[in-house]
Amino acid sequence: MQRRSILSVPTGLLFMLPAGLFVAAFIVLPFFWIAAVSFTNRTLTGRNAVNPEFIGLGNYRQLFDPSTFLNSGEFGASLLITGQFVLFSAILGQAVLGLVLAWFFYNRRGWVQSTVQTLGIIAWIMPDVVVAFAWFAFLDRDDGTLNQILSALGLGSPDWLLGLPMLSIIIFNIWRGTAFSMLLFSSALGSIPPSHMETASVAGANGWQRLRDVILPLIKTHIATCLILITLWTFNTFTPFLLTGGGPAFQTEVVSIFTYRTAFQFFRFGLGGAVGMIMMLINLAFALVYLAILRSQRVPR
Amino acid sequence: MVGRIAFYVGACLFAAFFVLPLLWLTVAPFNELATLSVQIPEEPSLQNFERVFGNSFAIRALAQNSILQAGGAMLLVTLFATLAAYALSRSHIRGSGVITYGLVLFSSVVTGTAAMVPIFLMIFRMGLIDTHVAVILVFTGGLLPAAIFIMRDFVDSIPRSYEESAMVAGASSWRVFGDIALPMVRPGMMVIAVWAFVNVWGGFLIPFILLRSSTKMPASVAIYSFYSEAGTPLVTLTAAYSLLYTLPVLLLYLFVNWRYGFRFFGGIKS
Repeated sequence: MQRRSILSVPTGLLFMLPAGLFVAAFIVLPFFWIAAVSFTNRTLTGRNAVNPEFIGLGNYRQLFDPSTFLNSGEFGASLLITGQFVLFSAILGQAVLGLVLAWFFYNRRGWVQSTVQTLGIIAWIMPDVVVAFAWFAFLDRDDGTLNQILSALGLGSPDWLLGLPMLSIIIFNIWRGTAFSMLLFSSALGSIPPSHMETASVAGANGWQRLRDVILPLIKTHIATCLILITLWTFNTFTPFLLTGGGPAFQTEVVSIFTYRTAFQFFRFGLGGAVGMIMMLINLAFALVYLAILRSQRVPR
Repeated sequence: MVGRIAFYVGACLFAAFFVLPLLWLTVAPFNELATLSVQIPEEPSLQNFERVFGNSFAIRALAQNSILQAGGAMLLVTLFATLAAYALSRSHIRGSGVITYGLVLFSSVVTGTAAMVPIFLMIFRMGLIDTHVAVILVFTGGLLPAAIFIMRDFVDSIPRSYEESAMVAGASSWRVFGDIALPMVRPGMMVIAVWAFVNVWGGFLIPFILLRSSTKMPASVAIYSFYSEAGTPLVTLTAAYSLLYTLPVLLLYLFVNWRYGFRFFGGIKS
Protein backbone atom coordinates (compact mmCIF):
# COMPACT_ATOMS: atom_id res chain seq x y z
CA MET A 1 0.00 0.00 0.00
CA GLN A 2 1.25 3.43 -0.93
CA ARG A 3 1.74 5.53 2.15
CA ARG A 4 0.01 8.87 2.21
CA SER A 5 2.22 11.75 1.33
CA ILE A 6 2.29 14.25 4.17
CA LEU A 7 4.07 16.88 2.14
CA SER A 8 3.16 17.48 -1.49
CA VAL A 9 6.03 17.33 -3.94
CA PRO A 10 6.06 21.08 -4.75
CA THR A 11 6.04 22.01 -1.05
CA GLY A 12 8.75 19.44 -0.43
CA LEU A 13 10.90 20.95 -3.14
CA LEU A 14 10.31 24.39 -1.62
CA PHE A 15 11.48 23.05 1.76
CA MET A 16 14.64 21.73 0.12
CA LEU A 17 15.38 24.87 -1.83
CA PRO A 18 17.51 26.83 0.71
CA ALA A 19 19.68 23.83 1.60
CA GLY A 20 19.87 22.93 -2.08
CA LEU A 21 21.16 26.37 -3.01
CA PHE A 22 23.82 26.28 -0.30
CA VAL A 23 24.99 22.80 -1.22
CA ALA A 24 25.05 23.70 -4.91
CA ALA A 25 27.02 26.88 -4.27
CA PHE A 26 29.50 25.68 -1.66
CA ILE A 27 29.90 21.94 -2.34
CA VAL A 28 29.01 21.19 -5.96
CA LEU A 29 30.26 24.38 -7.60
CA PRO A 30 33.74 24.26 -5.96
CA PHE A 31 34.14 20.73 -7.31
CA PHE A 32 33.78 21.94 -10.90
CA TRP A 33 35.51 25.25 -10.26
CA ILE A 34 38.62 23.52 -8.95
CA ALA A 35 38.72 21.30 -12.03
CA ALA A 36 38.66 24.40 -14.23
CA VAL A 37 41.24 26.32 -12.17
CA SER A 38 43.62 23.35 -12.13
CA PHE A 39 44.08 23.65 -15.92
CA THR A 40 45.18 27.31 -15.69
CA ASN A 41 48.13 29.28 -14.39
CA ARG A 42 45.92 31.41 -12.11
CA THR A 43 47.77 33.44 -9.47
CA LEU A 44 46.58 35.87 -6.79
CA THR A 45 48.07 39.01 -8.26
CA GLY A 46 49.63 40.10 -11.51
CA ARG A 47 48.60 39.43 -15.09
CA ASN A 48 47.59 35.81 -14.54
CA ALA A 49 45.17 36.81 -11.78
CA VAL A 50 42.98 38.71 -14.24
CA ASN A 51 43.52 36.67 -17.38
CA PRO A 52 44.72 33.22 -16.42
CA GLU A 53 45.88 31.17 -19.39
CA PHE A 54 44.69 27.67 -20.11
CA ILE A 55 47.75 25.48 -19.76
CA GLY A 56 46.14 22.06 -20.11
CA LEU A 57 47.77 19.43 -17.96
CA GLY A 58 50.74 21.69 -17.21
CA ASN A 59 50.09 21.81 -13.44
CA TYR A 60 49.64 18.05 -13.27
CA ARG A 61 52.83 17.52 -15.28
CA GLN A 62 54.69 19.72 -12.86
CA LEU A 63 53.30 17.88 -9.81
CA PHE A 64 54.19 14.48 -11.25
CA ASP A 65 57.52 15.50 -12.83
CA PRO A 66 59.62 12.36 -12.19
CA SER A 67 62.86 14.30 -11.72
CA THR A 68 61.53 16.20 -8.68
CA PHE A 69 58.49 14.16 -7.60
CA LEU A 70 60.00 12.67 -4.44
CA ASN A 71 62.26 15.58 -3.50
CA SER A 72 61.73 17.15 -0.10
CA GLY A 73 58.92 19.71 -0.27
CA GLU A 74 57.51 18.33 -3.53
CA PHE A 75 54.17 16.68 -4.16
CA GLY A 76 55.32 13.05 -4.15
CA ALA A 77 57.15 13.45 -0.87
CA SER A 78 54.05 15.07 0.59
CA LEU A 79 51.88 12.17 -0.58
CA LEU A 80 54.26 9.68 1.04
CA ILE A 81 54.18 11.62 4.30
CA THR A 82 50.40 11.69 4.16
CA GLY A 83 50.31 7.94 3.54
CA GLN A 84 52.45 7.29 6.59
CA PHE A 85 50.40 9.71 8.65
CA VAL A 86 47.12 7.99 7.71
CA LEU A 87 48.50 4.46 8.10
CA PHE A 88 50.14 4.95 11.49
CA SER A 89 47.89 7.51 13.15
CA ALA A 90 44.46 6.50 11.83
CA ILE A 91 44.48 2.84 10.84
CA LEU A 92 47.09 1.38 13.20
CA GLY A 93 46.64 4.07 15.84
CA GLN A 94 43.07 5.24 16.31
CA ALA A 95 41.29 2.14 15.03
CA VAL A 96 43.42 -0.39 16.92
CA LEU A 97 43.52 1.63 20.14
CA GLY A 98 39.78 2.30 19.82
CA LEU A 99 39.11 -1.43 19.47
CA VAL A 100 41.43 -2.24 22.38
CA LEU A 101 39.63 0.30 24.57
CA ALA A 102 36.18 -0.94 23.55
CA TRP A 103 37.23 -4.55 24.20
CA PHE A 104 38.94 -3.67 27.48
CA PHE A 105 35.79 -2.03 28.84
CA TYR A 106 33.37 -4.54 27.33
CA ASN A 107 30.95 -5.66 30.04
CA ARG A 108 32.78 -3.49 32.56
CA ARG A 109 30.56 -0.45 32.48
CA GLY A 110 30.84 1.75 35.51
CA TRP A 111 32.49 4.92 36.70
CA VAL A 112 35.94 3.79 35.55
CA GLN A 113 34.74 3.14 32.02
CA SER A 114 32.73 6.35 31.81
CA THR A 115 35.65 8.40 33.15
CA VAL A 116 38.10 7.10 30.55
CA GLN A 117 35.45 7.48 27.83
CA THR A 118 34.75 11.08 28.86
CA LEU A 119 38.46 11.93 28.85
CA GLY A 120 38.73 10.51 25.33
CA ILE A 121 35.72 12.50 24.20
CA ILE A 122 37.17 15.71 25.68
CA ALA A 123 40.35 15.17 23.65
CA TRP A 124 38.16 14.71 20.61
CA ILE A 125 35.81 17.70 20.94
CA MET A 126 38.20 20.44 22.03
CA PRO A 127 39.00 23.10 19.42
CA ASP A 128 41.97 22.36 17.14
CA VAL A 129 44.01 25.38 18.12
CA VAL A 130 43.67 24.63 21.83
CA VAL A 131 44.78 21.02 21.58
CA ALA A 132 47.63 22.05 19.30
CA PHE A 133 48.75 24.61 21.86
CA ALA A 134 48.41 22.11 24.71
CA TRP A 135 50.51 19.61 22.77
CA PHE A 136 53.07 22.25 21.95
CA ALA A 137 53.55 22.68 25.69
CA PHE A 138 53.30 18.93 26.35
CA LEU A 139 56.09 18.13 23.88
CA ASP A 140 58.41 21.02 24.74
CA ARG A 141 61.97 19.77 24.98
CA ASP A 142 62.98 21.39 28.24
CA ASP A 143 59.77 22.02 30.17
CA GLY A 144 57.20 19.76 28.51
CA THR A 145 55.20 17.35 30.65
CA LEU A 146 56.20 14.37 28.51
CA ASN A 147 59.94 14.96 28.85
CA GLN A 148 59.62 15.68 32.56
CA ILE A 149 58.04 12.25 32.97
CA LEU A 150 60.50 10.53 30.64
CA SER A 151 63.57 12.02 32.27
CA ALA A 152 62.24 11.19 35.74
CA LEU A 153 62.06 7.60 34.51
CA GLY A 154 65.58 7.90 33.11
CA LEU A 155 64.44 7.60 29.51
CA GLY A 156 66.10 10.74 28.19
CA SER A 157 64.42 13.82 26.79
CA PRO A 158 64.20 13.84 23.00
CA ASP A 159 63.39 16.98 21.06
CA TRP A 160 59.99 15.83 19.85
CA LEU A 161 58.86 18.56 17.47
CA LEU A 162 62.25 19.20 15.87
CA GLY A 163 63.88 15.78 16.10
CA LEU A 164 60.89 13.43 15.80
CA PRO A 165 58.25 15.58 14.07
CA MET A 166 56.51 12.74 12.22
CA LEU A 167 56.21 10.61 15.36
CA SER A 168 54.92 13.67 17.21
CA ILE A 169 52.05 14.40 14.83
CA ILE A 170 51.19 10.69 14.65
CA ILE A 171 50.89 10.34 18.43
CA PHE A 172 49.05 13.64 18.55
CA ASN A 173 46.50 12.48 15.98
CA ILE A 174 45.98 9.13 17.75
CA TRP A 175 45.26 11.00 20.97
CA ARG A 176 43.00 13.45 19.17
CA GLY A 177 40.77 11.01 17.31
CA THR A 178 40.66 7.68 19.15
CA ALA A 179 37.36 8.57 20.85
CA PHE A 180 35.47 8.10 17.59
CA SER A 181 36.72 4.56 17.03
CA MET A 182 36.25 3.72 20.70
CA LEU A 183 32.61 4.87 20.67
CA LEU A 184 31.88 3.14 17.38
CA PHE A 185 33.39 -0.16 18.50
CA SER A 186 31.77 0.05 21.95
CA SER A 187 28.36 0.37 20.37
CA ALA A 188 29.23 -2.42 17.92
CA LEU A 189 30.29 -4.77 20.70
CA GLY A 190 27.21 -3.82 22.70
CA SER A 191 25.01 -4.94 19.82
CA ILE A 192 26.39 -8.49 19.81
CA PRO A 193 23.96 -10.89 21.49
CA PRO A 194 25.51 -12.21 24.74
CA SER A 195 24.67 -15.76 23.64
CA HIS A 196 27.34 -15.55 20.93
CA MET A 197 29.95 -14.69 23.52
CA GLU A 198 28.81 -17.43 25.89
CA THR A 199 28.93 -20.09 23.20
CA ALA A 200 32.49 -19.10 22.45
CA SER A 201 33.65 -19.18 26.07
CA VAL A 202 31.94 -22.52 26.71
CA ALA A 203 33.83 -23.85 23.70
CA GLY A 204 36.97 -22.96 25.67
CA ALA A 205 38.21 -20.13 23.50
CA ASN A 206 40.52 -17.64 25.19
CA GLY A 207 40.14 -13.89 24.90
CA TRP A 208 42.17 -13.45 21.74
CA GLN A 209 40.51 -16.40 19.96
CA ARG A 210 37.08 -15.10 20.87
CA LEU A 211 38.00 -11.68 19.53
CA ARG A 212 39.41 -13.06 16.30
CA ASP A 213 36.90 -15.82 15.51
CA VAL A 214 33.65 -14.54 16.98
CA ILE A 215 33.74 -10.79 17.56
CA LEU A 216 35.64 -9.37 14.60
CA PRO A 217 33.59 -11.20 11.95
CA LEU A 218 30.38 -9.97 13.60
CA ILE A 219 31.41 -6.31 13.55
CA LYS A 220 33.16 -6.26 10.19
CA THR A 221 30.87 -3.60 8.69
CA HIS A 222 31.55 -1.39 11.71
CA ILE A 223 35.27 -1.93 11.20
CA ALA A 224 35.02 -1.03 7.52
CA THR A 225 32.96 2.09 8.29
CA CYS A 226 35.41 3.16 10.97
CA LEU A 227 38.48 2.64 8.78
CA ILE A 228 37.04 4.54 5.83
CA LEU A 229 35.83 7.51 7.88
CA ILE A 230 38.98 7.98 9.93
CA THR A 231 41.07 7.58 6.78
CA LEU A 232 39.05 10.31 5.05
CA TRP A 233 39.26 12.64 8.06
CA THR A 234 42.95 12.08 8.67
CA PHE A 235 43.74 12.51 4.99
CA ASN A 236 41.92 15.87 5.00
CA THR A 237 42.99 17.25 8.37
CA PHE A 238 44.85 20.54 8.54
CA THR A 239 45.64 20.31 12.26
CA PRO A 240 49.30 19.19 11.95
CA PHE A 241 49.90 22.67 10.54
CA LEU A 242 49.06 24.10 13.96
CA LEU A 243 51.66 21.91 15.63
CA THR A 244 54.58 21.88 13.20
CA GLY A 245 53.62 24.16 10.28
CA GLY A 246 54.62 21.27 8.02
CA GLY A 247 58.23 21.43 9.12
CA PRO A 248 60.96 21.20 10.01
CA ALA A 249 62.21 21.09 6.42
CA PHE A 250 58.85 19.82 5.06
CA GLN A 251 59.13 16.62 7.13
CA THR A 252 55.49 16.81 8.25
CA GLU A 253 54.05 18.47 5.18
CA VAL A 254 50.91 16.43 4.58
CA VAL A 255 48.99 17.23 1.38
CA SER A 256 46.58 19.65 3.08
CA ILE A 257 49.56 21.75 4.18
CA PHE A 258 51.17 21.36 0.75
CA THR A 259 47.99 22.77 -0.83
CA TYR A 260 47.98 25.67 1.60
CA ARG A 261 51.63 26.50 0.95
CA THR A 262 51.23 26.32 -2.83
CA ALA A 263 48.05 28.40 -2.96
CA PHE A 264 48.35 30.82 -0.05
CA GLN A 265 52.06 31.28 0.50
CA PHE A 266 53.27 31.06 -3.10
CA PHE A 267 49.89 32.26 -4.45
CA ARG A 268 49.90 29.70 -7.26
CA PHE A 269 46.19 28.96 -7.35
CA GLY A 270 46.33 26.90 -10.54
CA LEU A 271 48.89 24.53 -9.09
CA GLY A 272 47.17 24.49 -5.68
CA GLY A 273 43.91 23.73 -7.49
CA ALA A 274 45.51 20.73 -9.17
CA VAL A 275 46.62 19.40 -5.78
CA GLY A 276 43.10 19.96 -4.41
CA MET A 277 41.66 18.15 -7.43
CA ILE A 278 43.87 15.11 -6.76
CA MET A 279 42.84 15.19 -3.08
CA MET A 280 39.20 15.18 -4.15
CA LEU A 281 39.72 12.21 -6.47
CA ILE A 282 41.33 10.27 -3.62
CA ASN A 283 38.43 11.30 -1.35
CA LEU A 284 36.02 10.13 -4.04
CA ALA A 285 37.57 6.67 -4.11
CA PHE A 286 37.20 6.31 -0.33
CA ALA A 287 33.70 7.81 -0.31
CA LEU A 288 32.46 5.37 -2.97
CA VAL A 289 33.66 2.45 -0.86
CA TYR A 290 31.93 3.99 2.16
CA LEU A 291 28.67 4.43 0.25
CA ALA A 292 28.78 0.83 -0.89
CA ILE A 293 29.07 -0.23 2.77
CA LEU A 294 26.22 2.08 3.86
CA ARG A 295 23.95 0.75 1.13
CA SER A 296 24.71 -2.87 1.90
CA GLN A 297 23.70 -2.17 5.51
CA ARG A 298 20.43 -0.50 4.62
CA VAL A 299 18.98 -2.55 1.82
CA PRO A 300 17.96 -5.66 3.80
CA ARG A 301 15.90 -3.62 6.27
CA MET B 1 41.84 -10.44 42.20
CA VAL B 2 44.74 -10.29 39.76
CA GLY B 3 42.20 -9.55 37.05
CA ARG B 4 40.80 -6.61 39.01
CA ILE B 5 44.25 -5.12 39.61
CA ALA B 6 45.13 -5.53 35.94
CA PHE B 7 41.87 -3.81 35.04
CA TYR B 8 42.59 -0.79 37.26
CA VAL B 9 46.19 -0.54 36.09
CA GLY B 10 45.08 -0.69 32.47
CA ALA B 11 42.34 1.87 33.03
CA CYS B 12 44.84 4.22 34.71
CA LEU B 13 47.20 3.95 31.75
CA PHE B 14 44.44 4.76 29.28
CA ALA B 15 43.25 7.67 31.43
CA ALA B 16 46.82 8.97 31.68
CA PHE B 17 47.23 8.81 27.92
CA PHE B 18 44.21 11.06 27.43
CA VAL B 19 44.73 13.40 30.36
CA LEU B 20 48.50 14.07 30.53
CA PRO B 21 48.65 16.29 27.41
CA LEU B 22 45.95 18.50 28.93
CA LEU B 23 47.40 18.68 32.43
CA TRP B 24 49.37 21.82 31.69
CA LEU B 25 46.29 23.57 30.34
CA THR B 26 44.47 23.02 33.61
CA VAL B 27 47.10 24.67 35.84
CA ALA B 28 48.99 27.21 33.70
CA PRO B 29 46.05 29.65 33.29
CA PHE B 30 45.98 30.13 37.07
CA ASN B 31 49.67 30.81 37.39
CA GLU B 32 50.94 34.33 36.72
CA LEU B 33 54.45 33.01 36.19
CA ALA B 34 53.57 29.94 34.13
CA THR B 35 56.16 28.49 31.79
CA LEU B 36 55.60 25.46 29.59
CA SER B 37 56.14 23.12 32.55
CA VAL B 38 53.41 21.84 34.82
CA GLN B 39 53.79 23.75 38.07
CA ILE B 40 51.12 23.97 40.68
CA PRO B 41 51.15 27.72 41.40
CA GLU B 42 52.01 28.60 44.98
CA GLU B 43 49.41 31.32 44.87
CA PRO B 44 46.75 30.55 42.30
CA SER B 45 45.56 33.78 40.74
CA LEU B 46 43.17 35.04 38.13
CA GLN B 47 45.67 37.64 36.95
CA ASN B 48 46.03 36.00 33.53
CA PHE B 49 42.29 36.12 32.98
CA GLU B 50 42.18 39.76 34.07
CA ARG B 51 44.78 40.60 31.47
CA VAL B 52 42.86 38.70 28.79
CA PHE B 53 39.70 40.62 29.68
CA GLY B 54 41.69 43.83 29.49
CA ASN B 55 42.69 43.00 25.91
CA SER B 56 39.90 44.38 23.74
CA PHE B 57 41.17 42.58 20.61
CA ALA B 58 41.06 39.19 22.34
CA ILE B 59 37.65 39.75 23.86
CA ARG B 60 36.15 41.03 20.61
CA ALA B 61 37.38 37.89 18.84
CA LEU B 62 35.83 35.62 21.43
CA ALA B 63 32.65 37.37 22.53
CA GLN B 64 31.77 39.02 19.25
CA ASN B 65 33.37 37.47 16.17
CA SER B 66 33.33 33.81 17.19
CA ILE B 67 29.81 34.11 18.59
CA LEU B 68 28.58 35.87 15.47
CA GLN B 69 30.13 33.40 13.03
CA ALA B 70 29.31 30.22 14.96
CA GLY B 71 25.84 31.48 15.90
CA GLY B 72 25.02 32.59 12.35
CA ALA B 73 26.07 29.30 10.79
CA MET B 74 24.29 27.39 13.57
CA LEU B 75 20.96 29.10 12.85
CA LEU B 76 21.19 28.63 9.08
CA VAL B 77 22.33 25.00 9.30
CA THR B 78 19.65 24.03 11.82
CA LEU B 79 16.83 25.73 9.96
CA PHE B 80 17.71 24.59 6.45
CA ALA B 81 18.72 21.06 7.46
CA THR B 82 15.42 20.58 9.30
CA LEU B 83 13.37 21.79 6.34
CA ALA B 84 15.31 19.67 3.84
CA ALA B 85 15.35 16.54 6.01
CA TYR B 86 11.62 16.86 6.62
CA ALA B 87 10.97 17.13 2.89
CA LEU B 88 13.23 14.17 2.13
CA SER B 89 11.45 12.08 4.74
CA ARG B 90 7.81 13.11 4.23
CA SER B 91 7.23 13.92 0.58
CA HIS B 92 7.38 11.58 -2.38
CA ILE B 93 10.19 13.37 -4.15
CA ARG B 94 11.63 11.07 -6.72
CA GLY B 95 15.13 9.91 -5.96
CA SER B 96 15.20 11.17 -2.36
CA GLY B 97 17.40 8.21 -1.49
CA VAL B 98 19.81 9.13 -4.25
CA ILE B 99 19.81 12.74 -3.06
CA THR B 100 20.71 11.70 0.48
CA TYR B 101 23.57 9.48 -0.64
CA GLY B 102 24.70 12.05 -3.18
CA LEU B 103 24.94 14.57 -0.36
CA VAL B 104 27.13 12.27 1.70
CA LEU B 105 29.29 11.57 -1.33
CA PHE B 106 29.81 15.17 -2.36
CA SER B 107 30.41 16.41 1.16
CA SER B 108 33.07 13.80 1.87
CA VAL B 109 34.80 14.60 -1.42
CA VAL B 110 34.67 18.40 -1.26
CA THR B 111 36.28 19.05 2.12
CA GLY B 112 37.49 22.39 3.41
CA THR B 113 41.14 21.46 2.89
CA ALA B 114 40.74 20.00 -0.61
CA ALA B 115 38.52 22.88 -1.72
CA MET B 116 40.37 25.79 -0.12
CA VAL B 117 41.41 27.19 -3.50
CA PRO B 118 37.97 27.34 -5.18
CA ILE B 119 36.31 28.46 -1.94
CA PHE B 120 38.73 31.36 -1.66
CA LEU B 121 38.33 32.25 -5.36
CA MET B 122 34.52 32.11 -5.15
CA ILE B 123 34.40 34.33 -2.07
CA PHE B 124 36.91 36.63 -3.77
CA ARG B 125 34.71 36.83 -6.88
CA MET B 126 31.65 37.55 -4.73
CA GLY B 127 33.55 40.42 -3.10
CA LEU B 128 33.08 38.90 0.35
CA ILE B 129 36.71 38.44 1.39
CA ASP B 130 37.21 39.67 4.95
CA THR B 131 33.54 39.56 5.96
CA HIS B 132 31.68 37.60 8.62
CA VAL B 133 29.12 36.66 5.97
CA ALA B 134 31.77 34.78 3.98
CA VAL B 135 32.68 32.60 6.96
CA ILE B 136 29.03 31.95 7.80
CA LEU B 137 28.10 31.03 4.22
CA VAL B 138 31.04 28.69 3.68
CA PHE B 139 30.53 26.87 6.97
CA THR B 140 26.78 26.59 6.37
CA GLY B 141 27.35 25.02 2.96
CA GLY B 142 29.98 22.68 4.31
CA LEU B 143 28.01 21.47 7.34
CA LEU B 144 24.57 21.13 5.72
CA PRO B 145 25.04 17.72 4.04
CA ALA B 146 26.01 15.91 7.24
CA ALA B 147 23.34 17.83 9.15
CA ILE B 148 20.65 16.79 6.65
CA PHE B 149 21.86 13.18 6.81
CA ILE B 150 21.67 13.04 10.62
CA MET B 151 18.39 14.96 10.70
CA ARG B 152 16.80 12.70 8.12
CA ASP B 153 17.47 9.65 10.28
CA PHE B 154 15.89 11.55 13.13
CA VAL B 155 12.75 12.55 11.20
CA ASP B 156 12.41 9.03 9.80
CA SER B 157 12.34 7.65 13.34
CA ILE B 158 9.33 9.75 14.31
CA PRO B 159 5.92 8.12 13.75
CA ARG B 160 3.88 9.66 10.98
CA SER B 161 0.50 8.99 12.58
CA TYR B 162 0.09 12.38 14.30
CA GLU B 163 0.81 14.25 11.10
CA GLU B 164 -1.50 11.96 9.15
CA SER B 165 -4.42 12.49 11.51
CA ALA B 166 -3.92 16.24 11.33
CA MET B 167 -4.01 15.97 7.53
CA VAL B 168 -7.27 14.03 7.75
CA ALA B 169 -8.64 16.77 10.00
CA GLY B 170 -7.87 19.19 7.20
CA ALA B 171 -4.72 20.98 8.39
CA SER B 172 -2.45 22.46 5.72
CA SER B 173 1.09 21.18 5.13
CA TRP B 174 2.52 24.26 6.79
CA ARG B 175 0.37 23.83 9.91
CA VAL B 176 1.24 20.14 10.07
CA PHE B 177 4.92 20.99 9.86
CA GLY B 178 4.85 23.95 12.24
CA ASP B 179 2.43 22.71 14.88
CA ILE B 180 3.01 18.96 14.91
CA ALA B 181 6.27 17.92 13.27
CA LEU B 182 8.48 20.75 14.52
CA PRO B 183 7.86 20.15 18.25
CA MET B 184 8.62 16.45 17.74
CA VAL B 185 11.92 17.01 15.92
CA ARG B 186 13.12 19.66 18.37
CA PRO B 187 15.60 17.32 20.15
CA GLY B 188 17.18 16.54 16.79
CA MET B 189 17.39 20.25 16.00
CA MET B 190 19.10 20.89 19.33
CA VAL B 191 21.72 18.26 18.60
CA ILE B 192 22.32 19.66 15.10
CA ALA B 193 22.54 23.19 16.49
CA VAL B 194 25.13 22.24 19.11
CA TRP B 195 27.09 20.20 16.59
CA ALA B 196 27.15 23.05 14.05
CA PHE B 197 28.06 25.64 16.67
CA VAL B 198 30.95 23.57 18.02
CA ASN B 199 32.28 22.88 14.52
CA VAL B 200 32.36 26.54 13.52
CA TRP B 201 33.56 27.68 16.94
CA GLY B 202 36.62 25.45 16.62
CA GLY B 203 37.14 25.94 12.88
CA PHE B 204 40.51 27.39 11.96
CA LEU B 205 41.30 27.05 8.25
CA ILE B 206 38.23 28.80 6.76
CA PRO B 207 38.47 32.05 8.78
CA PHE B 208 42.25 31.85 8.46
CA ILE B 209 42.12 32.07 4.66
CA LEU B 210 38.98 34.23 4.27
CA LEU B 211 39.59 36.98 6.82
CA ARG B 212 42.22 39.69 6.72
CA SER B 213 41.57 42.33 9.34
CA SER B 214 42.29 41.57 12.97
CA THR B 215 38.98 43.12 14.03
CA LYS B 216 37.06 40.26 12.37
CA MET B 217 39.20 37.31 13.46
CA PRO B 218 37.42 34.65 15.53
CA ALA B 219 39.12 33.33 18.65
CA SER B 220 40.60 30.36 16.78
CA VAL B 221 42.77 32.71 14.72
CA ALA B 222 43.19 35.48 17.30
CA ILE B 223 44.71 33.05 19.80
CA TYR B 224 48.00 33.26 17.88
CA SER B 225 48.45 36.93 18.59
CA PHE B 226 49.57 37.08 22.21
CA TYR B 227 53.13 38.27 21.91
CA SER B 228 55.19 40.48 24.13
CA GLU B 229 56.80 43.63 22.76
CA ALA B 230 59.96 41.60 22.33
CA GLY B 231 58.10 39.14 20.09
CA THR B 232 58.09 36.16 22.44
CA PRO B 233 54.77 34.37 22.88
CA LEU B 234 52.98 35.13 26.13
CA VAL B 235 52.12 31.63 27.25
CA THR B 236 50.30 32.84 30.35
CA LEU B 237 47.75 34.80 28.32
CA THR B 238 47.40 32.15 25.64
CA ALA B 239 46.77 29.50 28.30
CA ALA B 240 44.06 31.56 30.00
CA TYR B 241 42.50 32.43 26.65
CA SER B 242 42.55 28.77 25.56
CA LEU B 243 40.58 27.83 28.63
CA LEU B 244 37.98 30.57 28.09
CA TYR B 245 37.67 29.59 24.46
CA THR B 246 37.24 25.88 25.26
CA LEU B 247 34.67 26.42 28.00
CA PRO B 248 31.59 26.81 25.76
CA VAL B 249 32.47 23.56 23.94
CA LEU B 250 32.75 21.64 27.20
CA LEU B 251 29.56 23.18 28.60
CA LEU B 252 27.63 22.35 25.42
CA TYR B 253 28.94 18.79 25.55
CA LEU B 254 27.81 18.46 29.17
CA PHE B 255 24.43 19.95 28.23
CA VAL B 256 23.85 17.54 25.34
CA ASN B 257 25.07 14.64 27.45
CA TRP B 258 22.74 15.52 30.31
CA ARG B 259 19.70 16.41 28.22
CA TYR B 260 19.81 13.87 25.43
CA GLY B 261 22.66 11.48 26.25
CA PHE B 262 25.70 11.48 24.02
CA ARG B 263 24.02 9.47 21.35
CA PHE B 264 26.15 8.20 18.62
CA PHE B 265 25.65 9.67 15.19
CA GLY B 266 27.79 8.20 12.43
CA GLY B 267 29.45 11.38 11.29
CA ILE B 268 28.82 13.71 14.19
CA LYS B 269 32.21 15.27 13.75
CA SER B 270 33.36 16.23 10.30
